Amino acid sequence: MTPAALTDLPLWPPTNLGRDPLVPLDAGERDRFDAPVTKVRLPTDATAWLVTRHADVRQLLRHPGFSADLTRPGFPLLRALPPESLSDRRGGFIRMDGIEHSRLRRMLTAEFMIKSIRRIEPLIRQTVESTLDDLRDAGPPADLVATFALPLPSMVICHLLGVPYADHDFFQLRSRTLLDRSAAPELVRTHVGELRDYLHGLVEAKCAAGDRGDDLLSRLARDRVDTGELAVDELVGMALLLLIAGHETTANMIGLSTLLLLREPDRYAALRDDPDQAETLVEELLRYLSIVRTGLPRLALEDVEVGGQLIRAGEGAIAVLSTANRDAAVFDGPDEFDPYRQAHQHVAFGFGVHQCIGQPLARAELRIALVELARRFPGLRLAAPDGPLPTRDNSIVFGLDALPVTW
Amino acid sequence: MTGRVRVDRDRCCGSGNCVVTAPEVFDQDDEEGLVLLRFTAPAPETLALVRRAADLCPAGAITVE
Ligand code: SF4
Repeated sequence: MTPAALTDLPLWPPTNLGRDPLVPLDAGERDRFDAPVTKVRLPTDATAWLVTRHADVRQLLRHPGFSADLTRPGFPLLRALPPESLSDRRGGFIRMDGIEHSRLRRMLTAEFMIKSIRRIEPLIRQTVESTLDDLRDAGPPADLVATFALPLPSMVICHLLGVPYADHDFFQLRSRTLLDRSAAPELVRTHVGELRDYLHGLVEAKCAAGDRGDDLLSRLARDRVDTGELAVDELVGMALLLLIAGHETTANMIGLSTLLLLREPDRYAALRDDPDQAETLVEELLRYLSIVRTGLPRLALEDVEVGGQLIRAGEGAIAVLSTANRDAAVFDGPDEFDPYRQAHQHVAFGFGVHQCIGQPLARAELRIALVELARRFPGLRLAAPDGPLPTRDNSIVFGLDALPVTW
Repeated sequence: MTGRVRVDRDRCCGSGNCVVTAPEVFDQDDEEGLVLLRFTAPAPETLALVRRAADLCPAGAITVE
């Protein structure tokens, strides 16, 4: 393709600036990207096929002919890859395919399954209560993101992994860099390196005799590293992945969900009066808010037809979760927020073998957090209702940077 | 259409969607967190849910014959 033709293609992802944070794409953008499959230009000047319909997104993400390995030549990257050595990538199984991926993922499936998460619900509840105490002490007014939405999932994942929460400033800053599409590759590289070094020290201590706590990293050290199934570097990479994934995702869901509920005070009140409906509400929030708005990139390894478009081996494709979650073929009146619909067909956690492993944890955190918030702060409202809210425009995980509230 | 259900544990990625959708029929084992079938021939009234579970399984590990 000639350079002139390249610039004719619409640029993906669009900017979030100036848009209502609850609206994934505005009308103009919808026109631009509305076809089932559209060829787009990425910030790296690569091109990719944008796949927007629910059925097509599911087909793409479940198809073994598409790779999630972003080091393969031709992979549709949103930002340039930092220079990496092989050891930087060890353990990072979301970027692996086939048995390489399933070998590592399976070491974690029992840890995150619903039964296991049910066992730690008391811990989640306790953490929700103490972070809500902090919110109360901070205001009114207070920033709900800084005092509640971010610390809650951060404390929970730290506890699960056995990472000291006291170090949260260190890893929160770095995890943010890793998700920031505008971060310079060198900075990403530095921050990944620092996080790996930090986690390496932690994992080594857990592997050393004497430190055998009952946390996930200790269990993996004992059951997998000691037995020779897992290398220390791989455990470090898995820890890095879980620490980052456990941070911004749920945090941004809590922030955006609270904003939505404050705009719909009846729903907020209903959450307090009838907490049993929280489960349905959470599914609809996941569908409606779709925080991974840049979509999930894949590389075709073989020719596959998706949505009537032949995607050839070597071409990139991006599965847009937010448009799939508002596909009128699956959800009636998709732009309405309606917790009584069958929202659980949403693809907010992705689809295919890479579907979010932490989804039972995320659901439990969201449900408990929102119910307790509504119960403890029945008069919660926006502290600055008219101004625009600061959003994470360049983050792979969309959300609010701050949510000023009062009560 | 016999309504016979099969699961492929080699394909299962342990997402647990099937357990959420049809808990009478699906479970996950404690060691690996992979799908377990509680009944291979579920009651006819659960069949719609089983089909839904097959549809929602991200890994395509559930088939209803
Ligand atoms: S939904 Fe599919 S992948 Fe998930 S646990 Fe059940 S069988 Fe396994």
